[in-house]
Amino acid sequence: MTVKNNNWHLHGFPGGIELPERKERASDSAIETLPLPPLLVLPLRQHNGLPALPVVQEGDCVHRGQLIGRAAEGRSAALHAPADGVVSFIGYHAYPNDSGLTELCIGLCTDEIGSIDEEEMVDDIDLSEEDMRERIAMAGIVGLGGAGFPSADKLTRNPVKWLIINGAECEPYISCDDRLMRERSAAIVNGAQILGRLLRAEKILLAIEDNKPDAIAAMADACFETHIELVVIPARYPSGAQKQLVQNLLGIEVPSGQHSVDIGIVMYNTGTCYAVARAVAHSEPLISRIVTVSGDAIERPGNYEVLIGTPIEYLLQSACVNPNKLRRVILGGPIMGIAINDLAAPVTKLTNCLIGSGPGELDEELSARECIRCGDCVEVCPASLMPQQLYWTIKSEQHARAAALHLGDCIECGACAYVCPSHIPLVHYYRHGKSVLWAADQQRTGANHARARFEAREERLEFQQNARTSAQSARSSVHHYESESVADAASPDAADLTIMPLEPDAAAVAAAGMATETIAKTLKTAAVTGAHNDRMPEVLAAAQRARTKRANAAAHSAPDSAPGSAPTTGTEPDRANIAPYSDKDKT
Amino acid sequence: MSAIIVLVLLGLGAGAVLGYALIRYRVDSNPLIEAVNALLPQTQCGQCGYPGCKPYAQAIATGDAINKCPPGGDDGIKRLALLLGLAPLPLDPTRKPDSGKRVAFIREDECIGCTKCIQACPVDAILGAPKLMHTIIASECTGCDLCVAPCPVDCIDMVAVPREPTDWVWPRPRAIDIIPIRLLD
Repeated sequence: MTVKNNNWHLHGFPGGIELPERKERASDSAIETLPLPPLLVLPLRQHNGLPALPVVQEGDCVHRGQLIGRAAEGRSAALHAPADGVVSFIGYHAYPNDSGLTELCIGLCTDEIGSIDEEEMVDDIDLSEEDMRERIAMAGIVGLGGAGFPSADKLTRNPVKWLIINGAECEPYISCDDRLMRERSAAIVNGAQILGRLLRAEKILLAIEDNKPDAIAAMADACFETHIELVVIPARYPSGAQKQLVQNLLGIEVPSGQHSVDIGIVMYNTGTCYAVARAVAHSEPLISRIVTVSGDAIERPGNYEVLIGTPIEYLLQSACVNPNKLRRVILGGPIMGIAINDLAAPVTKLTNCLIGSGPGELDEELSARECIRCGDCVEVCPASLMPQQLYWTIKSEQHARAAALHLGDCIECGACAYVCPSHIPLVHYYRHGKSVLWAADQQRTGANHARARFEAREERLEFQQNARTSAQSARSSVHHYESESVADAASPDAADLTIMPLEPDAAAVAAAGMATETIAKTLKTAAVTGAHNDRMPEVLAAAQRARTKRANAAAHSAPDSAPGSAPTTGTEPDRANIAPYSDKDKT
Repeated sequence: MSAIIVLVLLGLGAGAVLGYALIRYRVDSNPLIEAVNALLPQTQCGQCGYPGCKPYAQAIATGDAINKCPPGGDDGIKRLALLLGLAPLPLDPTRKPDSGKRVAFIREDECIGCTKCIQACPVDAILGAPKLMHTIIASECTGCDLCVAPCPVDCIDMVAVPREPTDWVWPRPRAIDIIPIRLLD
């Protein structure tokens, strides 16, 4: 399927499927700004990486564009208030993800939209490259195509040969990038040029599928007399997937287990380019995005400019959802998206599409049958995997074998499941397999970490004990102190402590016995030990209090049986019970 | 005669090579112990009756039962059985089954700074000093419970770790699940 166009030689990619577009419903009308919702819910993790750390508290007044979550150390992205308002809660809230689990979110009761604290618009020529990187990082921009990788982290300082701007948008229904390219092409080109400059890319390519003629025309105009090359690629799902697009444009296959950035290719979505342009030229953080709302149950399908954190329910209502027709709400495209149940979940930075499907629009009750080994899935797999082999291994829970079959290279595009005549939910199996492998990996990492710490501790204890044994004779003054201070304590545990080498000949006895070990552990220095024993009454008192509390809790109905007497009068059994500083292992 | 000399020389030569190999390629520890230890969860909790995971690994390598590790659970037993070529057993019923991932939490205003829990912690996950409040480094805690018993004032709780979406494992598909969604034409 090698196609020659725009003087650019396309190399094609394996597999892929032709899908009905169903984009026109939403793509025909201009981008519409959604009215301000009364409540915004901002998850602290809207990206691939560590969650942002909140820098506001409940009740704080925030203004539009203000930082409310700073990026954590490591891979993370900042979070900003999309509107003026008051922080109403910081806590767990429904979040659009597969698990249905909640995520830590910041809730914002909005006032009317205030103006953003906009630094005067600057020409990017005036900014140093470090300033630009700083602005991009501060703006909390993440990959808006769906992966959600923080954009600043992608701005590698290693040499980059190719910068690819991805405007393919290959999944049905979705048209947010299409509309953005038609209406805001200049800003996209501006953003692409900024990214190209920061990455020192040798060549910038802009890839658009041939089913978006208006976007192609607009972008061709905007790219005129720039060094951005516009490449029109044939519409074939999943042409917009990163590795497939690289392969299609450059004929280079990204090696298994690597990212395209490892081989000098960086890819950004057109929406991300737009956000970068806004951040650099206007200091505007990422507080809104374009979301396609479509489907048979939506009366006013279209592309809406939505503040991040807008509840999905509000967005659907603004697009006039017809509850009588609504069957399911799909977040994302119809192939890779997920069905969501809790409509209070917010639109995040990664939400590109919402589908309110009507009756008969999307499959609902197809039950899976057995695999007939027809091989159709192998034909369409764009990653050249063997989907049916993966299916068999995961179905029998042989996850290590699935990993050996390169399960990790599956991009979960769903082409295999789409063509499967037995309607097997293949991608669901792959996700199951991947997450089991991931969990096992996490467990192994944690176990190795714990083992390393355990071994280091054992080593340290051994070292300390050796050091003490060798320095035993020099410690007699400590033992004098110790034996004096616990001499009055007649408990058997405390008595153990007194078995200490006071005379030279007793040293041999103690060295052989357990007393050495116990004391080596407890007595760090004479001063500390002394301090401990000075505190003996307090410790006994605290222990007494704790016991009282326990007794009260256990026998709540009983009248106050707590011994309210002076705590220092702890009896001998009490002492034996708590064994304050003897540290004798009662093995 | 020459045949005898040749055979004796061959024998001596082979013996020298084998003797050298014995010293040069000596295996100090039993590799089976390491392999078993790698499958144990490394909580160092001692619920198996041994003072840590490695001693239990040693015991397994010398023939102890493989079903004494509650944190490893059925999966752990299955992996051990696979490694050792044994039949998987259910968890030893005398041991308390694992109740999910937990970490210790010190109620800090009640802590008297006695350092007993610090000494009990097998992975150095407790921070503190004598007479000063202690606290748990949650990310290092393996949830082994060993610090709970020594505390003289009972200020340590074991709290369940909340489930995060990132820890979530996709369930096995059931027949009715249809993901991804197919388009009807």
